[in-house]
Amino acid sequence: MHLLYVCGKKATTKLIGAKTMYKVRLWSVRHAGLLEKVYNAVEKCLVRLAPVFERVGYERVEKPMALIEKSVKGVLFDCQMCGQCALSSTGMSCPMNCPKTLRNGPCGGVRENGNCEVKPEMACVWVEAVKGHALMQSANNLNEVQFPVDYTLKGSSSWLRVAREKAAETAAANSDDALTSDKV
Amino acid sequence: MKFDDEPVPGYPLPILPGHTSPGRLERVLRAGEFAVTTELAPPDSADPEEVYKRARIFDGYVDAINATDGSGAHCHMSSVAVCALLCRMGYALIMQISCRDKNRIAIQGDILGAAAMGVCNMLCLSGDGVQTGDHPQAKPVFDLDCMSLLEIARTLRDDSCFQSGRAIDSAPRVFLGAAANPFAPPFDWRPQRLAKKVAAGAQFVQTQYCYDIDRLQSYMTQVRDLGLDKEVFILLGVGPLASARTAEWIRSNVPGVHIPDNVIDRLKGADNQKAEGQKICIEMIQQAREIEGINGVHIMAYRQEENVANIVDASGVLNGRVPWHPRQYEQQTLHDYSEHE
Repeated sequence: MHLLYVCGKKATTKLIGAKTMYKVRLWSVRHAGLLEKVYNAVEKCLVRLAPVFERVGYERVEKPMALIEKSVKGVLFDCQMCGQCALSSTGMSCPMNCPKTLRNGPCGGVRENGNCEVKPEMACVWVEAVKGHALMQSANNLNEVQFPVDYTLKGSSSWLRVAREKAAETAAANSDDALTSDKV
Repeated sequence: MKFDDEPVPGYPLPILPGHTSPGRLERVLRAGEFAVTTELAPPDSADPEEVYKRARIFDGYVDAINATDGSGAHCHMSSVAVCALLCRMGYALIMQISCRDKNRIAIQGDILGAAAMGVCNMLCLSGDGVQTGDHPQAKPVFDLDCMSLLEIARTLRDDSCFQSGRAIDSAPRVFLGAAANPFAPPFDWRPQRLAKKVAAGAQFVQTQYCYDIDRLQSYMTQVRDLGLDKEVFILLGVGPLASARTAEWIRSNVPGVHIPDNVIDRLKGADNQKAEGQKICIEMIQQAREIEGINGVHIMAYRQEENVANIVDASGVLNGRVPWHPRQYEQQTLHDYSEHE
């Protein structure tokens, strides 16, 4: 099982089959609320670990972290490692699984039964997203316009980048506070 | 219909305050007229005459013509080329841009180039999947989606810079459009998707074929509740069905087109199914005009383009207005000339 996690998406698909992968993906959307809590906890840990990452060097942490992220999210969401995770804005339904990789909502071709225009046997990623979004507490707004994918980030760890940005934000806020208290 | 400040008909109009393009479609819509647009099926040919011929049959009945961009993922003459040929003759074009075949570098280049050739309206689409077309082996690009495309086009126009942030010298003066489908799931989220498109830069939308006025009514109620009818011009997509068999085929083979049973039954029961199809289309246009927030119709008469004029005429939506067309100018000059003589 451990081997399976490390192998990443392609190998996982081979081992457990595309059908099971699809079922797991639907399960994840149905449990978007739970996964949101888990992610928030992971993110908190990563932000706290920021000083450690700083010392070791983010470049060194990048590869193992990307591998872990790929394994976990590969199983849960069929993650394609676009490097700029939008799951919190898409009800835990990964938009990169849309055959048109639409990141801003469903196209006009959704079938009457809510399935995909291109892959008739698959539920539309965005019909699922709307369902998942309803289960999440602090989800980013579905109506926020998502920027186009930056392909230079493909394959990199989205978790690490977000944690690094958040840690930097907190540090900046703290130093601002320090400055103002100095003045007082 | 010729505007007072029109230099030579077909040349770019002066851009009025609050307008973003020198085109006549924006003028017509902002003047509060009920606009009529249609779609030109691009030829599988390198002969320009084929394009002129296909545009000419709409003369005097439409305010703008959509040039499709590989619709249904089939290969045809490009939308940029169709626009270039017809803009030279003074036609108002709506250039469709699909994200399926080109990445952001190619698309931004096309926007600048098309605007330089006189294209005033652009319709930003995600595009059909390659699997539906005649080249299913092709690589689907989808570097952008319709939403990010809208935003990029708006940035080019309003901020005079590429997505990269690099400045451009002269911004494309364009009226930006998008597609909307009120007839596909998730229904309750569709009006919000429209809001998102408006936020991304859409100034007008053309909808998917409408055959279900009830579903449209409930969509429009939500649209009005969100206040979107004040922010975006909505052109309802309509089209004549050739027969009950065609309707059934479309319903089961073209995803996103919703045709209710009563429409099919009505076609089946008719002696002349083609005429009945047109009648349904005309009724749809007349009903659309009565709905608050619908600013025009977009007639998609695939393989029935020659009937567009009749449909517009019979519906009476132009109210005596004759949209400008190149031959009108010729006829007008001849008329003036003979009067002068």
